[in-house]
Order: sequence, then structure tokens, then C-alpha cells
Amino acid sequence: MNSETAGKSLAYEKPKLINDNKFHFCPGCNYGIIIRLIASVLEEMKLTDKTIGLVSAGCYVQTPWYMDVDFVAALHGRAPAVATGIRRVHPDAFMFCMQGDGDLGAIGMGHFMNAMMRGERWTTIFLNNACYGQTRGQMAPTTLLGMRTTTTQDGRDAEKTGYPLHVAELAATMKGVVYAARCCVNTPANYAKAKKMLKTAFQKQLDGPGMSILELLSACPSNWGLPPKEALAFLTENMIAEYPLGEYKNVEPKIDV
Amino acid sequence: MAETILSTGNEAVGHGALYSGCKYFFGYPITPQNAIPEFMSREMFKAGGSYVQAECETAAINMVFGAAAAGARCMTSTSSPGIALMGEGLGGISASELPAVVVDVVRMGPGWGTVQQGQTDYRLLTKGGGNGGYRCISLAPASVQEVFEFMQTAFYLADKYRIIVYVVSDYILGEMAERLELKTLEFDPLPSKDWAVRGKGNNGGTHNTIVPAVGNIEGGIPGYHLHQDKKYKTIEREEVRYQTYQTEDADLIMVAYGSSARISHEVMKQLRADGVKAGLFRPISLWPFPIEQLRELAEGDVRLITVEDSQGQLVEDVEFAAQGKAPVDLIGVWARDLPTPSGVLTPDNVYQEVKKII
Repeated sequence: MNSETAGKSLAYEKPKLINDNKFHFCPGCNYGIIIRLIASVLEEMKLTDKTIGLVSAGCYVQTPWYMDVDFVAALHGRAPAVATGIRRVHPDAFMFCMQGDGDLGAIGMGHFMNAMMRGERWTTIFLNNACYGQTRGQMAPTTLLGMRTTTTQDGRDAEKTGYPLHVAELAATMKGVVYAARCCVNTPANYAKAKKMLKTAFQKQLDGPGMSILELLSACPSNWGLPPKEALAFLTENMIAEYPLGEYKNVEPKIDV
Repeated sequence: MAETILSTGNEAVGHGALYSGCKYFFGYPITPQNAIPEFMSREMFKAGGSYVQAECETAAINMVFGAAAAGARCMTSTSSPGIALMGEGLGGISASELPAVVVDVVRMGPGWGTVQQGQTDYRLLTKGGGNGGYRCISLAPASVQEVFEFMQTAFYLADKYRIIVYVVSDYILGEMAERLELKTLEFDPLPSKDWAVRGKGNNGGTHNTIVPAVGNIEGGIPGYHLHQDKKYKTIEREEVRYQTYQTEDADLIMVAYGSSARISHEVMKQLRADGVKAGLFRPISLWPFPIEQLRELAEGDVRLITVEDSQGQLVEDVEFAAQGKAPVDLIGVWARDLPTPSGVLTPDNVYQEVKKII
């Protein structure tokens, strides 16, 4: 859809924040939907003028070229550290950090853990597609057991590589976290739930201290070696089984002394 | 009238930051620079800014990345292994053309090295450390007063060129205490930071800002590198800093920076008392290195003796500047006085080594 075809008869219009640059995502990737979701919630909550977004390495790194808010692109895994610096200078900005599973769960795990420990005030949007999408599908911390990737060619084996990482559950254990939830955008109903959760996560940030975290499961047909429809089915049957959807933490943002 | 206090070199870093209007400090503890974050943890909040004890040096430099992208004067300090850990972030800041000040209170040796005095980061600080071929201005003070003043110069140059500026201290300079006259230096006006992220409401909502803005530079990848190179060439032309002592009639010129320049200055006086026509050439900007100025001296009938507390790193630039027109000797770490296994360069030891050479 572009601005010429958008009309009153359409149930969904492209959010104004999404510009006319063409998405580069593979067919069946959920990232386009997720970027649209973020943009629509920023608009509905009237946050666009004071928003600073962060991306680091992953397929979502191009988001600044699609969404017209201020952005900083951090080095791989470093977004929580970069966001910490920005937050000190702009305490009134609205901030979200997009991080993938390799970015947050592997190379940047130390920064993510410490940012949660400090109770940093921003919303982490954690994109879990169970693989390293941008580097062509290697094993990620979130890769399911038995799942074939380019570095687990016989399927992920717990004896060799351990177990999948559960970020929403982990985040819920941290005192500096006020909201931790997991959702996905595989159906219109789940998209609506995801939107509600993202609004809650964003509102927590506006209300007070502490990090809000929303994990989004996302299909990666290219690297899963599945056509888009089968990839969605895999997500529905296998990903959600390992990573149950729902809210894991929802508390009032306040300093606990 | 300016206030005069007794200050260590490490505290002078803090005073210099405050006099530069820097309100944001991010760092991780490491010997021998811990007095700096300790000072900052008190003073940054008092100044209305913030201090964060990062989870590692990698985080610290990326916090600097963020605060710089947000448009604030900000800094970190560390010691040698910390600079190695920061390499990736330093490259990212350079690639994004953000201004930042980084203090290296150098300690000796590779890897974890030692917690002893040393000048073994010369190559790291002048030729890069991270990937991709970026440049940072490196200023080498030789006194507590200069540490304080160079901090102010560093913030000015960082903002002027949108570049990282190192202030190169070391164990001796960091720990020694001297009189410090607290005064604000005057600099030319700086352009506004219209490239910083503040939320697009600050632009009247008309356009958003992205850091790094590499996608907006004309000419693709070659255009980006030509743009950076042009900046580096301007700095090489405009920002060379050095000092000479009694080089006019000298036939022996010692070349040394930082604490070794202080030591060499003493040696020069001893040699002069012996009737040796000794002089001292002191690079202040290690990059850009005063190549032309040293080359001019090398073209006279002189011998150059590099004095540095390392295996020989500065000497490579001295040899490059001399281009074979003057003999170049090196007095390095092996010339240390050794009452203990670590030891330190002293004027007496360096004097004896010079005597052996001549």
C-alpha cells in the first residue's frame, strides 16, 4: 500500500511514520508487521516528537530507513549501553531499543542484564526468530532443540550447545524490570494482543522508572528453509510451545528502597 | 584571580572536564586511573549531569557513544587494557563522527600488562586499535597543569572536528601532585550540534535525525572515506602541537613525550652543564605527529635520541620524520633504574645511557 491507494474504505492505513522506502525483508518475515506495529503505537500514543529509537545488528537494523523518528544505530549488542548514555542526556525522551536474539542474548547479554539491573527506563523490543537472520541462519541462543541451522546442521543438540534462552521469563526475575511479556503477530488476534502489550510496555516507561520488555516471536522463512505459510505454522506449533505467550511481569514503576 | 590548588594528574582530569562543561562521565574501574571515576562520581551529579559505573569498558565507550549522539559533552577514562576493550566502540564513534574525549592513564605492557608505569600505548593511540582505519587526535601532557588545560583543548577539538581526542596520561602523571591553577581557556565559537538526536519535535517535527548519518554522505563508500580523509588532512595541517627546548644550537636532540619529556628535560640540563649541546624536542600532539618540524631539525647536523618508557614505538615516527638524515637512537624500557623488578626511568639512568651513546 502507498499513500495514493490509502483510502477511507481501508481498515488499516499505513502509519504516517512509515515512509515510502521499500522494505527489504524476505517474503514471510514478520519484521515488517512488527515495525508497522511499533509505528502505529507511537502515533496513537502521540510519542513521535520525543522518540529516540535504537537498533543494533540484525535484519531490523534498517528500521531507521523506514520509520521517521530519531534513531541511533548501535554496534552489535551494544544498544543498552548506548541507550544508557542517551537516557542520561535526555531524561524526557521516549526510548525503545530493538534487539535480536543474537544481539541481546549472546554478544550483548552483559549489557542487557546490567541495564535491567540498573532499572534503565526504556522499552526493549526483543525480536526472537530462533536464528541469526542477517548472517544467514546460524544458531542463536533461542534456537529450538532439534532445529537445523547452518551451525547446527544435524539439529540443535543440548549436549553440545545447551538450551534455548527464555528472555521474557528471565527479565521477569529482575527487580529493575516493571513489565515483561511475550507475544507474536502470526494472526490478526495475536497482532491485536501484541498491540495491547506494546501499549502497556510504552505506558510503563511514561509512568516511571524501570525497564519494560516485550518479546516478539517472529518467523524467518528464509533461514528456517520453509515457505512463508509453513514458517508461520512452525511458529504457531513449535515456537509458541517452547516460548509461551503472555505477561510474565506487570508491576507499578517505582523505586523500591 | 584564578584559584590555585594542589592536585594530582588524575584529579586534574576531573577539574579539566568540569571547566569544559562536561557533565557526563562513563567508566569502569582500572588501576592506575581510579581517582578519576571516583572524582566524577561526586562531581558530575553536582554539575547537574550524570555518572555511570559501566559493566565493562566496552559498555563505557558505548555509553559515551550514546551521550555524544545525544549532543552532550561526555567522556570516559581508562588504562591501557581498557582502551583495547574500547577499540570497537572507538571505531563506531569515529565512523559516526561523534565528538568524545577519552583519557588513557597508560600502564605498562600488553594483555593485562602490569599496574606499573609505562608508555607502551603509543601505537595504539596514534595508529588506531579498532578496525577500519580511523584517526583520533592524541594530546600528551607533561604536567598536572597541562593535563587540566589539555582536557579543555580536547573537548574543544572534539567538538570542532567531531572526532575522538585522547589525553595521554600515565601512572607518573596520574599519581603525582603539583600546583594547579584553575582557569578557563578561551576558544573560538563552535558550530551547533544539529546532527544530534533529541527527538524530532526539536526540529519542529519536520525531519528526523539518524546517527550514524553515513547514508546521507554523497558518493557512497568512496565519498564517505574521502570526506573523513579530508578532515584528517585538515587536522594534520592545523593541529600539530610540539615544544622545543634549546634546539637552536644543539647537536644532540632528545625526542620524548609526556613523563619521559619531563625526565629528558632534566637530562638535558645535566648534559648542558657538562658542556654537551643538548636539546629536547617534545611532540605534544602524538597524532598529528609534528613530522615537518622534527624533519627540519633532523636536516641540521644532529643526532636524535628517542627516550620512551617502552620497547620502542615513538621511535618509529622519529625515524620516519628523520628519513635517514640524522642518526636515531633509542633509550627504552631497559634503561630503567631497578631497585625493584619493575623500576622506572630516572634522569640519572637516562643520562648514563646518553653518555654511552655519545
